[in-house]
Amino acid sequence: MEREDISSNYFEKLWKFFTSVRLTVVLLLSLAATSVIGTVIPQNESNSAYFQEYGEVLYRIFYGFGFFDMYHSWWFQAMLIILTVNIVVCSLDRLSATWKIIFSNPPKFNVSRFRKLSNKEEFTADYSPEQLKDSYKPVISKAFGYSRVEETDEGVCIFAEKGRWTRLGVYIVHISVILLLVGGLFGSIFGFEGFVNIPEGSATDHIRLRKTSQIKALDFTIQCDKFNVSFYDSGAPREYRSGLTILEGDKPVLTRDIIVNDPLRYKGINIFQSSYGTMPENADSMKGRAITLSFTSNATGMVYIKKAVFGKKTDLPENMGKFIIKDFDNDYNFRGHKIGKVFIGTVLPTEGEPLDIVIPPFSNFDRMRGGDFAVSVTAYEQHYYTGLQITKDPGVLIVYSGFIMMIIGFLITFFMSHRRVCVEMTAAGEKTTVMVAGMATKNKMGMEIRTKKLSQRLAGIHPSPY
Amino acid sequence: MNSSVLLSIVTFVYCLAAVLYIIAWVFKKKLPGKVATGVTMIAVAGNLAGFIWRWSESHKMGFGYVPLSNLYESLVFFSLTIAVVYLVVEHTYKNRVIGAFATPLAFLAMAYASLSPNMNNQIRPLIPALKSDWLTAHVITCFLGYSGFAIAFGISLMYLFKQRDTQGKSRLLLHFPEANLLDELTHQMIMFGFLFLSVGIITGAVWANSAWGTYWSWDPKETWSLITWFIYATFLHARLMRGWHGNRLAYLSVIGFAAVLFTYFGVNLLPGLHSYGK
Repeated sequence: MEREDISSNYFEKLWKFFTSVRLTVVLLLSLAATSVIGTVIPQNESNSAYFQEYGEVLYRIFYGFGFFDMYHSWWFQAMLIILTVNIVVCSLDRLSATWKIIFSNPPKFNVSRFRKLSNKEEFTADYSPEQLKDSYKPVISKAFGYSRVEETDEGVCIFAEKGRWTRLGVYIVHISVILLLVGGLFGSIFGFEGFVNIPEGSATDHIRLRKTSQIKALDFTIQCDKFNVSFYDSGAPREYRSGLTILEGDKPVLTRDIIVNDPLRYKGINIFQSSYGTMPENADSMKGRAITLSFTSNATGMVYIKKAVFGKKTDLPENMGKFIIKDFDNDYNFRGHKIGKVFIGTVLPTEGEPLDIVIPPFSNFDRMRGGDFAVSVTAYEQHYYTGLQITKDPGVLIVYSGFIMMIIGFLITFFMSHRRVCVEMTAAGEKTTVMVAGMATKNKMGMEIRTKKLSQRLAGIHPSPY
Repeated sequence: MNSSVLLSIVTFVYCLAAVLYIIAWVFKKKLPGKVATGVTMIAVAGNLAGFIWRWSESHKMGFGYVPLSNLYESLVFFSLTIAVVYLVVEHTYKNRVIGAFATPLAFLAMAYASLSPNMNNQIRPLIPALKSDWLTAHVITCFLGYSGFAIAFGISLMYLFKQRDTQGKSRLLLHFPEANLLDELTHQMIMFGFLFLSVGIITGAVWANSAWGTYWSWDPKETWSLITWFIYATFLHARLMRGWHGNRLAYLSVIGFAAVLFTYFGVNLLPGLHSYGK
């Protein structure tokens, strides 16, 4: 028996601890303050990068506190859990009282509470309380949803109210926060986030997970039919577009283009356009590709644009002979300098020896040679790979319903309130003293103004004599 | 003449409005206050016209977009929302002293956009990541939230000035609204701001999920918006606590606005996905 007392005592203390708004305030401020850390220290980079950046001592301290992935550190997660418990306990603790107010039928009114209000209105009317009551009642019941008349110790009184249910708004907000946290947890347990690079014309059913760098198999195959990048005149990218086909076994089941902001969803898995790149090339892979060449003649200054094919001869303008592009190097060494991608072409003049020239694409590099003409590659058929982000998050539905509930909850809690008025009529000789008092759960100033307006309106009513 | 020139002119109209509000407050004159309201309305009209004009300019250039895509455009929109929200407050509470604390903020935002030498006000086509209808919803709601917080900040400053002068000696504070009205107004503005900040974060999350596959990735701007959200959530809960009325809440509102400013400007110094806001 005694032991039970002690444990229930502990439970009570614990309950009390979690019902305090002070705890909420402390938690919210701690979350705000600690969250700053992760915006100053870049998150989830390699250990060696951190070591380099902060040195050994700081690195060890930061590592110990989990600052390199702080939003998933035990102490940050612990704060979120305590906040969740705090919200649940607080809500449960207050809900029973709210429940009684909302669902008591008929609603309870206490005239002495209204009499005590400091901002109540009063006026005197030249009619009897009974007369006034009969003409006030329809006006008040029209403005409020519910009204009733009661005899009081001093006279007669009309109670009215509306928006009792809005007291539930705050609980809707709190449930929405819980949904967000639960949805986030659910997604982190049952979802994944990975990426894969697929060359044009290839397919894969394996992706790499971002967090652990592990390989994960999908139960379908993604094929990249083609990739396209287009640019604005300024050179800024306009659009990245991947043509994808989903294969089940060897059977294509879905073909669609994706662009940034317009992903493909298949079997609960989302496929996003994320990055791209060009495939490494060599003389073999380039064979037969279309190349656009531009020749600038030194003698005439004329510019000639020619479509050529890798590995095939083409005529030089102004009868200067023939030209062939026969090699491609991904990182060419030009007189001791690495100059990146180059085409290597050979000039076969009408007279004289063949001459090899180096042509980095999209550049006027060949002008430096000072030959009879300068050649540049203005365009060539490139083969790309598409970088796809692959995610699965079964928690999204929970999170989204949390979003919707949160917005609805805010609209109710911030802009609606439970409003109650009491109009008491007390006989004072031939006349009647009318008291108009109102209270609201929120926006007390607004309620004051409303009460004043109601009072003015009632004062202007003159019951017609029978 | 183009939209940027119009908006530069609007900067000076906002400046004039702010000066008139301050004159009306310091010298306790009615007329400058009334003129200030009119001038603010003209500035709002010009600001809105500049916004729409820029929109149509982008269409004429062949890549129309709602001009809410970079720092310049967001500042233009920010001053518009501050001024509009302020005018609604003035209309509702019939008090022009607040104007002396609210319109300077609209002026400063616009001045930063129009006069800062590093500001890029060119109309540029959108990069692929920004091509989404969510962009408009996200930016509009965020800035409505920010403007609510901006005005709450102005009113909190008034509250703090008022509270420091306990004997009511300062003649400057004579026409300030009552302290409890200022307190209530701050609360109203913060509820408004909090609703829109939340919707802004939500639309951003939905957009991120449709663009990148994650609704939350703890990038610095996201995190700072959440820090701001935590601070204002603290404000809303602290009101329920004994001993937290008045000054402490006003300070919290000031700190909250500092967090808003850091979310808006400071985060660009940190690396992250929102780098196009530069």
